[in-house]
Amino acid sequence: MKEVLDDIERWRAAGKHVAVARVVGVEGSGPRSPGATMAVSEDGEVAGSVSGGCVEGAVVQEALAVLAGQRERGVVTFGYSDDEAFAVGLTCGGTIHVFVEPLDW
Amino acid sequence: MTSIYEQLRETLRAEQPAALATVVEGPNAGAKLLVRPGVDPVGDLGHPDLNRVVARDALGELGAGLTSTRHYGAHGEARERDVSVFIESFAPPPRMIIFGAVDFTAALADAAKLLGYRVTVCDARAVFATRQRFPMADEVVNDWPDRYLAKVADELGPRDAVCVLTHDAKFDVPAIVAALETNVGYLGAMGSRRTHAKRLERLREAGVDEPALARIMAPIGLDLGARTPQETAVSICAEIIALHTGRVAPSLRDASGPIH
Repeated sequence: MKEVLDDIERWRAAGKHVAVARVVGVEGSGPRSPGATMAVSEDGEVAGSVSGGCVEGAVVQEALAVLAGQRERGVVTFGYSDDEAFAVGLTCGGTIHVFVEPLDW
Repeated sequence: MTSIYEQLRETLRAEQPAALATVVEGPNAGAKLLVRPGVDPVGDLGHPDLNRVVARDALGELGAGLTSTRHYGAHGEARERDVSVFIESFAPPPRMIIFGAVDFTAALADAAKLLGYRVTVCDARAVFATRQRFPMADEVVNDWPDRYLAKVADELGPRDAVCVLTHDAKFDVPAIVAALETNVGYLGAMGSRRTHAKRLERLREAGVDEPALARIMAPIGLDLGARTPQETAVSICAEIIALHTGRVAPSLRDASGPIH
């Protein structure tokens, strides 16, 4: 969280809405520990990360959907399966749970 | 009334400890409780009993530096899974105190900053311990190492590190004796095997017992064959990580032969 505070302040000062995505659970081999945080502005600007670059693109889409009111805040799970080798997932074989919410608190 | 986010932000900026609890599954997803030692919790997870139990658990997690998701009943009952609460600990940064204002100190301070330490450089010689020489340090102190350590002894714990780079018996023996009086998690001392053998004699003469001597990592660092100040800084930081995680990596202390 600490590493994204400055970006969040800048976006909020410019009147932009912000969503925060945080890793809240990791199973197996995961690149980042629980607490890893990514912030997304309503313009799609990004600070921080939740993985080694594997799922950030998908998390941005979820965050923008939450900001647009198209989905509820909640946990999004990213894993890996052979059936979906080309879908968004973690190449390391782990599973991560990411809580995505608007910064309205 | 400032928001929970703003209170968390100010706490983090002040490098004060805090834990943030968030309901991630169950009713009231997104509900928050901000927990800080010695301050009433702020926020509401949906039920007073749940707030009370989570506040207690959050202080425990914060003390241990842990971040995890825990499950509760709607009223905070254990062994139920109505509500999942993510408890994120924000511990203040660990400290590294480096004694001796030498070239190795600047490289070690740089590496320690990379790892997130709050770095203090301390040397009794005001000519060497200057802000200009150590701009990366959070603090540059002109004092005798043992006198400085006596001032901060109560603040040092298992996450913190003391690195004695003076390799001058006049400074490092009192510094090591004082560091051994603290609960610091890592105590390393620079110098060749020969220097350290002499230092051990002096420490024994100063009344330090064998279990205390065994806490000292000297020669300091992993057995990487490091030679430059920068390589040595990496070997010291790597040793600190390995000691902290309990992994086996070859320390110079536990080998014999030349150190580079």
